[in-house]
Amino acid sequence: MMTEILEPVSRTAPSQQAVLEVKDLDVDIRTPKGTVRVVSKVGFSARSGKTLALLGESGCGKSMTAKAIAGLLDPVASVAGGSAHLESHDLFSMTAKQRRSVAGEGLGIVFQDALAALNPVYTIGTQLGEAFRIHRGASKKQAKVEAIELMRRVGIPEPETRVNSYPHQFSGGMRQRILIAMAVALSPKLLIADEPTTALDVTVQAQIMQLLRSLRTEEQMAVVLITHDLAVVAEEADDVCVMYAGNVVEQGSVETVFNRPTHPYTKGLLSSVPADAHRGSSLTSIPGSPPELSKIPTGCVYQDRCPLASAICREQRPELRPTGPAQSAACHFAEQVSALDPQSEPVTGQDSER
Amino acid sequence: MSIQTHNQSVDSVLDVQNLTKTFHVASGSSGTRELKALDGINLNVKRGETLGLVGESGCGKSTLARTLMMLEQPDGGTVRFDGQDPFALRGKQLRAWRRRVQMVFQDPFASLNARMTAGQIITEPFATHKDLYPTSAARKQRLDELLELVGLRTTDAQKSPQEFSGGQRQRIGIARALALGPDLIILDEPVSALDLSVQAQVLNLLNDLQQQLGVSYIFISHDLSVVRHVTDRVAVMYLGRIIETGSTQQVFDSPLHPYTASLMSASPKLDPALRPVNRIVLQGELPSPLDPPSGCRFRTRCWKAESICSVERPESRVREPDGKIVLGMPTLGPSAEQQIAECHFPVQSAAEAGLAVSA
Repeated sequence: MMTEILEPVSRTAPSQQAVLEVKDLDVDIRTPKGTVRVVSKVGFSARSGKTLALLGESGCGKSMTAKAIAGLLDPVASVAGGSAHLESHDLFSMTAKQRRSVAGEGLGIVFQDALAALNPVYTIGTQLGEAFRIHRGASKKQAKVEAIELMRRVGIPEPETRVNSYPHQFSGGMRQRILIAMAVALSPKLLIADEPTTALDVTVQAQIMQLLRSLRTEEQMAVVLITHDLAVVAEEADDVCVMYAGNVVEQGSVETVFNRPTHPYTKGLLSSVPADAHRGSSLTSIPGSPPELSKIPTGCVYQDRCPLASAICREQRPELRPTGPAQSAACHFAEQVSALDPQSEPVTGQDSER
Repeated sequence: MSIQTHNQSVDSVLDVQNLTKTFHVASGSSGTRELKALDGINLNVKRGETLGLVGESGCGKSTLARTLMMLEQPDGGTVRFDGQDPFALRGKQLRAWRRRVQMVFQDPFASLNARMTAGQIITEPFATHKDLYPTSAARKQRLDELLELVGLRTTDAQKSPQEFSGGQRQRIGIARALALGPDLIILDEPVSALDLSVQAQVLNLLNDLQQQLGVSYIFISHDLSVVRHVTDRVAVMYLGRIIETGSTQQVFDSPLHPYTASLMSASPKLDPALRPVNRIVLQGELPSPLDPPSGCRFRTRCWKAESICSVERPESRVREPDGKIVLGMPTLGPSAEQQIAECHFPVQSAAEAGLAVSA
């Protein structure tokens, strides 16, 4: 089932199951010091009933990508190029009003910070029922009934009484359930989950992931999961886009990418995880830290930290190209990555992170 | 009865017995209610070792750390630091003691003063402890030494925190904690604000420093894969009590307490071979510490709970060297690494908890 992605996703024609098709997305932020490109030529597709993970460290542009798709960019940021199709809708050419009609039934989003995403002065019932009032023209009474049903679906105990509670009266895990309920209220085709469990304890994280999985299966939603946690990607996602400094550096099925990474960054990330290495043994770390987005070098974005970097990497930015049956990577030396010794130093010889 | 750690011994830096701390929380018109943040904590940290402290938010980890730093006054129990009770110390002796326990905080962006340079931040403790490095030349020499220890350049002393990346800031925080030559450093989520690729650098640094200086760590973290990598022993907290202790390998590979087992089971794993056969997903969340369940505190979420669990607080069970799980106190001397848990029905094997059995 994975072998259909022979080409880098950004170049393929929309496949039949692709719910979301993003191509060559550029996002710029205007700063006092000039315009900074924070997302550059990002492309991927999300399929119905599957989870696509956008994986990367802070500042890599994964949340910006999601916000651009959802039409929720801050005023200082704007889409500078590319396209995003949600089924037949061209999201970037729509007016604000048209986009609002797509929201809810087309696209739902779950944010990381549930307390900030909920309005403290309205009851949960009012906030959950809003979708039905606006999109389905439900009466207040009907909306409340729907809200209670939603709360039951996401596993909130005693929904009949708790529907009248305010966000602060719920625990972190329950708030996250409420956000998920809100996002899936109208059974959207696409659910974007932006670090949905980052602020939660591990036992609650397991509950939330279980909930997301079962909702995805029931509704056959396409899920875009944004996370920095490799283990969560390994367990939850079907496909993965690894992002670095605003670029997709590797993509493909999780199984292939994690078993046989073909980009040095993916390889470095995977070996930085303190897996079952014994105590006392030194962890493999990637030397240095990601470049500032205003100072992205010409050539490859990863050159300063890469053990394979050579002259061509400083001059020419590698494009995503197929590196395996269900995999593509943006690296001039992708074929040499598997032989890479994870402990080797970058040729630039940078000593400490900067 | 409760979990007893080993008797105080020569090689232990810190020995905590039956430590309690109760907060009084205002509660409507009815006055105040008691919140037992620490309810009989027993803990032992040996010289040069790393003790991991894990548990969900609200379980009392931070209160314990603050009490060990003497930022909170306990209501009961004893704390012995190298055989001395720090809470009995006054004046000069107290000040001398404070040098020996230091802390590194979670957020390297909030825990460094933006109006000071890195050098000022690291040397600020010398202003209080004037006798250590009395001359400015000695302070400068110590500063350079510390910067080098944590992998920064001596020229970095002139920079302010904003000029550093997250990982470098955490290095400054570590240098500050090391400045007075402590015996014990409490690391409160030291890498959870850092990106994965940088996290590994800081964990390696902490490990190197321990090898070089022989300092002990209490490592507080919610990231179980990190805890597994860096700790020698682990203590698992639940609602103000330590419900299981043991060597890291014992606790991770064959947890005794159902709560520990469910933590291990719930944490996502990169390697498919390590994933549980059947994942235990606990129902509900941590009960309110204002109103803890009767008997065993974990019974409301426990899949093994029976009627006795709501009536009787469980005594400790010990895994004997031959693998048998018996009631009562550890029978061996303080050097033995025994795994102890407070549970009526301890988990007998990794297989019972559905955990992957490691080779």
